[in-house]
Amino acid sequence: MKKLHVNVSVNKNELEFLCNPEDTLLDVLRNDLQLTGTKEGCSTGDCGACSVILDKKLVCSCLVLAAEVDGSEIDTIEGMADDNKLHPLQKKFLEHAALQCGICTPGILVAAKALLEKNLNPTEKEIRYWLAGNLCRCTGYDKIIRAVMDAASEMRNENGSNYS
Amino acid sequence: MIFAKPSSEKEAISLLNETSGMTRILSGGTDVLVQMKSGAIEPELIVDIKNIPGIKHIKAVSGGYEIGAAVSGSEFNNYPGLKDFTPGIAEAFDLIGSSQIQGRCTLAGNLCNASPAADTIPALSVSSCFAKIVGPNGFREDLVKNIPTAPGKNSLKKGEFIKSIIIPNRPDYSSDSYIRFTPRSEMDIAVVSAACFITLDKNQLIKDLKISLGAVASTVVHVDGLCDLVMDSKITDELLSKIAMICSSSCKPIDDKRGTIEFRSHVAGVLAKRAMILAHKRAGDKIEKIAR
Ligand SMILES: Cc1cc2nc3c(=O)[nH]c(=O)nc-3n(C[C@H](O)[C@H](O)[C@H](O)COP(=O)(O)OP(=O)(O)OC[C@H]3O[C@@H](n4cnc5c(N)ncnc54)[C@H](O)[C@@H]3O)c2cc1C
Ligand code: FES
Ligand code: FES
Repeated sequence: MKKLHVNVSVNKNELEFLCNPEDTLLDVLRNDLQLTGTKEGCSTGDCGACSVILDKKLVCSCLVLAAEVDGSEIDTIEGMADDNKLHPLQKKFLEHAALQCGICTPGILVAAKALLEKNLNPTEKEIRYWLAGNLCRCTGYDKIIRAVMDAASEMRNENGSNYS
Repeated sequence: MIFAKPSSEKEAISLLNETSGMTRILSGGTDVLVQMKSGAIEPELIVDIKNIPGIKHIKAVSGGYEIGAAVSGSEFNNYPGLKDFTPGIAEAFDLIGSSQIQGRCTLAGNLCNASPAADTIPALSVSSCFAKIVGPNGFREDLVKNIPTAPGKNSLKKGEFIKSIIIPNRPDYSSDSYIRFTPRSEMDIAVVSAACFITLDKNQLIKDLKISLGAVASTVVHVDGLCDLVMDSKITDELLSKIAMICSSSCKPIDDKRGTIEFRSHVAGVLAKRAMILAHKRAGDKIEKIAR
């Protein structure tokens, strides 16, 4: 079968890959680009483990065809920390022990970051609704919500008067 | 399978028209990919329409708003003024899936996938929305409510696709609403749903009423004859009870693990009433706002 040639920017690196027409973005990230931080849970859009940012929008990479993303910008969990400096969300997830097995964690971090980029002062309810498409079978969610609220608060303080 | 991402309408039409096997338009892919993976469909050709010029535009046009076929839920709900213009369609669209699904799902996809429980079909129908359709025989328009014909089936002909959806302008003192019943408040599919469009005059007398019900038959139920019943009356408990009864008896639901026939029919009446109260309140608020 003829492979399709795709150019993308992933975490600000220009890359190219070959894929089959039915491959998903998730398949390519994990199997071809070795970016295995993005997880596969359900493969049907229900669990959010595969969340990435595609052209500034939060999406499930299991429901995107790899061939669709030619010319796009993609941000994955691997691009979240700034070299060795963790993102405030990552730091707060550790502090609050907001993970156990960790399979949901990359997806939740990516989704939470997308929320905080839109709204740095979300209410608990807004966070819970925003993350409704990210399933976690271990934590019971509460620690996740606390960690996101705490990270938002720290980011507001860091940004000083910009967000008050 | 062949994947194509044409950069013109014409090219998309001829690709679709010239393929003899199963073809699928790909917009947000939130139905197409799920169906492909489960083996429910095996398309020979996938046509991604997102490179077609204008397909992602939202435009205020003389007749109302034109929503490009590839506009996603989050783009719609972040567009200034749309939520005020049509709170009912906005709340229906917003109910689809999670934040992740909102980044991708489209009105045209929800409509063409033709699920009996699709959230936006009742809301688009009561607002008399129509689709602009292009195909091998040129351009045509059709009302949204004529497009789904059976679960998973629509009235588009070979080679045709929806280019945009028009939400028509409405008389002053009109509004709409959409509510659904689901066991879980997010990430669930309607067990029953109701959309309402209402127009009042400045004395709060009803001039137009449309109600459509989702998930209570193989396609959305558009309740007939409400307009004559309510013309020039005020909203009263008695009127609301009558409407609930008519809506309940218009249902032809199925029995399944999510709801029995009896439950679905009853809840349809309750939701219709609540949707009407909400739309009526919104339309009434406009009378006050304009009077001030
Ligand atoms: C996790 C999850 C949750 C969901 N929750 C809901 C929900 O709460 N309520 C609900 O109603 N739906 C829900 N859905 C279903 C789906 O997201 C919606 O139906 C959505 O609106 C489909 O839009 P799309 O652009 O992704 O469609 P696609 O998957 O791209 O297309 C759907 C169908 O329409 C056809 N099509 C698409 N665009 C056009 C066009 N322009 N012209 C002609 N045909 C076209 C396609 O060929 C396909 O048959 C959910 C799906 C998932 C995965
Ligand atoms: S793997 Fe994509 S949503 Fe579950
Ligand atoms: S930590 Fe195990 S699923 Fe969330």
